[in-house]
Amino acid sequence: MTTTRRTKAQRGRPSQSAAAKHRRDLLAGMLLIRRFEERCVELYSASTIRGFVHLCIGEEAVATGVTTALEPADAVVSTYREHGHALARGVPVEAVMAEMYGKATGCSGGRGGSMHLFDAGRRFYGGNAIVAGGIPLAAGLALAEKMRGTGGLVCCFFGDGAFAEGEFHESANLAALWSLPLLLACENNLYAMGTPLAVEHAQTDLAMRAASYGMPAWAVDGMDVTAVEAAARRAVDGIRAGHGPHFLELRTYRFRAHSMYDPDRYRDKTEIERWRTRDPISVLAERMKADGELNDTVQDELDQRARREVDRAQQAAEAAPAESAATLLRHVHTDSEEAPA
Amino acid sequence: MKTTYREALREALREALTADERVFLMGEDVGRYGGAFGVSLGLVEEFGPERVRDTPLSESAFTGIGIGSALAGLRPVVEIMTVNFSLLALDQILNNAATLRHMSGGQFSVPLVIRMTTGAGRQLAAQHSHSLEGWYAHIPGIRVLAPATLADARRMLGGALADPDPVVIFEHGSLYNLSGELDEDGAAPGIGAAAVRRPGHDVTLVTYGGSLPKTLAAADVLAADGISAEVVDLRSLRPLDDATVMASVARTHRAVIVDEGWRTGSLAAEVSARITEQAFYDLDASVRRVCSAEVPIPYARALEEAALPQPASIAAAAGEVVGRHG
Repeated sequence: MTTTRRTKAQRGRPSQSAAAKHRRDLLAGMLLIRRFEERCVELYSASTIRGFVHLCIGEEAVATGVTTALEPADAVVSTYREHGHALARGVPVEAVMAEMYGKATGCSGGRGGSMHLFDAGRRFYGGNAIVAGGIPLAAGLALAEKMRGTGGLVCCFFGDGAFAEGEFHESANLAALWSLPLLLACENNLYAMGTPLAVEHAQTDLAMRAASYGMPAWAVDGMDVTAVEAAARRAVDGIRAGHGPHFLELRTYRFRAHSMYDPDRYRDKTEIERWRTRDPISVLAERMKADGELNDTVQDELDQRARREVDRAQQAAEAAPAESAATLLRHVHTDSEEAPA
Repeated sequence: MKTTYREALREALREALTADERVFLMGEDVGRYGGAFGVSLGLVEEFGPERVRDTPLSESAFTGIGIGSALAGLRPVVEIMTVNFSLLALDQILNNAATLRHMSGGQFSVPLVIRMTTGAGRQLAAQHSHSLEGWYAHIPGIRVLAPATLADARRMLGGALADPDPVVIFEHGSLYNLSGELDEDGAAPGIGAAAVRRPGHDVTLVTYGGSLPKTLAAADVLAADGISAEVVDLRSLRPLDDATVMASVARTHRAVIVDEGWRTGSLAAEVSARITEQAFYDLDASVRRVCSAEVPIPYARALEEAALPQPASIAAAAGEVVGRHG
């Protein structure tokens, strides 16, 4: 941090370079996810939205950094902790919020809820609530990209808990064997629900284990969005160059419990506070301020913009029509309004 | 044309691979080995290893990969060696293939076909002999088919591939060597329809898959005894063709359901309940079921035979409902 830069930023004229604008977009993206999920906490506490709600507060750099490295034609497969992935992928905040309300305008027509967000237009394939269940699916999407010669790739998000499932290992083997264009983005937030990594894994170096399948694999500071983006771009470049699947271990932390149901008795509060000092939003904002790309006024404007967007989405969701029970049996099969019994 | 059930399935696969470049076959030993039951023998030489794709022993992953590739517009045919092993992939079939369309509000289809072997009768003991197709028939979002004839072996796959949603096809292991004349031009009924395989007027025998030959044999025994049995082959286990079953019961006024699944919670129980719900006043006798004994299927021949529906037990049950105790 130099005195000159700080002074410049304090005068309210942060840098307008392309790089500065890009970092501001990253910040705005993370702020939108944070404010959206904070609103979810309020709505859940008020019993307005129900179901299992898994928040990614603290993990925004992962969703934002990785998806920034993808093209619109690429596909994304996610987990039940996917609000951040969906928003970062560009699923409209109104459609995500309406889905939380179970409204007809929700991105899954009220059938999915928090854990099953889908958006065909953005190639966002959910929203899978079976731990590791999305990984074979993502490998299949990647096989199709390869067989059709599209040049596209598939990004699959999953957690450290999924790394313990056979489906991860079966899929990693096949993806490497068939050299599939697959980015395996492992969000290692150190806990599988309430079980710490060291209690569930004989070897906690996940990148090293993934590398044993013969794929490039490395660990990244998941609290630093620019580091995440740089790593994701490196992986994406390798995949597009035809070098098969790549594995990223994104070392991150969720500041809140596993789900809104979870009393979070298994974590030491000092551990949470220690990680909070590495809040991905603060990490980026401080760096931008140091580099003269941001000041408090601009940061506040970005924050207010995110809050207004969430406000609008909430108002739209409240005003939206509920999905009629008359449509209950729709979408079980393609060709019929009602499912054959 | 003289053919076997196995060759008819192979011809169906060959036709599908030729007709549509999006179609590919994937599973354990389907390529170099020619398929665990010889169904895909020679296809890898003809279509290459990209389209007749050997997989490792990873049922969950390669079934899920089939689902993902179907989502992206391909037309995979996944072969799972037996229904017993499909339990390793049941999560993918139920939680993904059957569910994605509804859960996504209708945004995604999964045009996937899964073929697997089912059933007992070859002294393979418990872990290779169970009939679990009734479990699959329980699941909304998939279709479940059971080809029992050469014509269905030859033509059901085409109908399944034309379906935009996931279809699971059960091939009974005892049928692969079934041989006979296949009518080249004969059209099979639609994939959702049942078929009357033998007309009769005293009792309806409802069955499917590997139990069809046994049930037809039982009908011969009954005929010798002066009882005219109508044999209905369900063909589709989900959805069930209620109309064909009820029309038959309306003619015969009696029904026996033959199902190699265990009796408790069986597909036979479902068919029986539907007959009671929809055709109660047509019935002259209570509906009977001939199912597998409530035991893991044993190895020893005499024990295995005793565990399964057989022509004699089917004929005996039919004789009872028509009031003649042979």
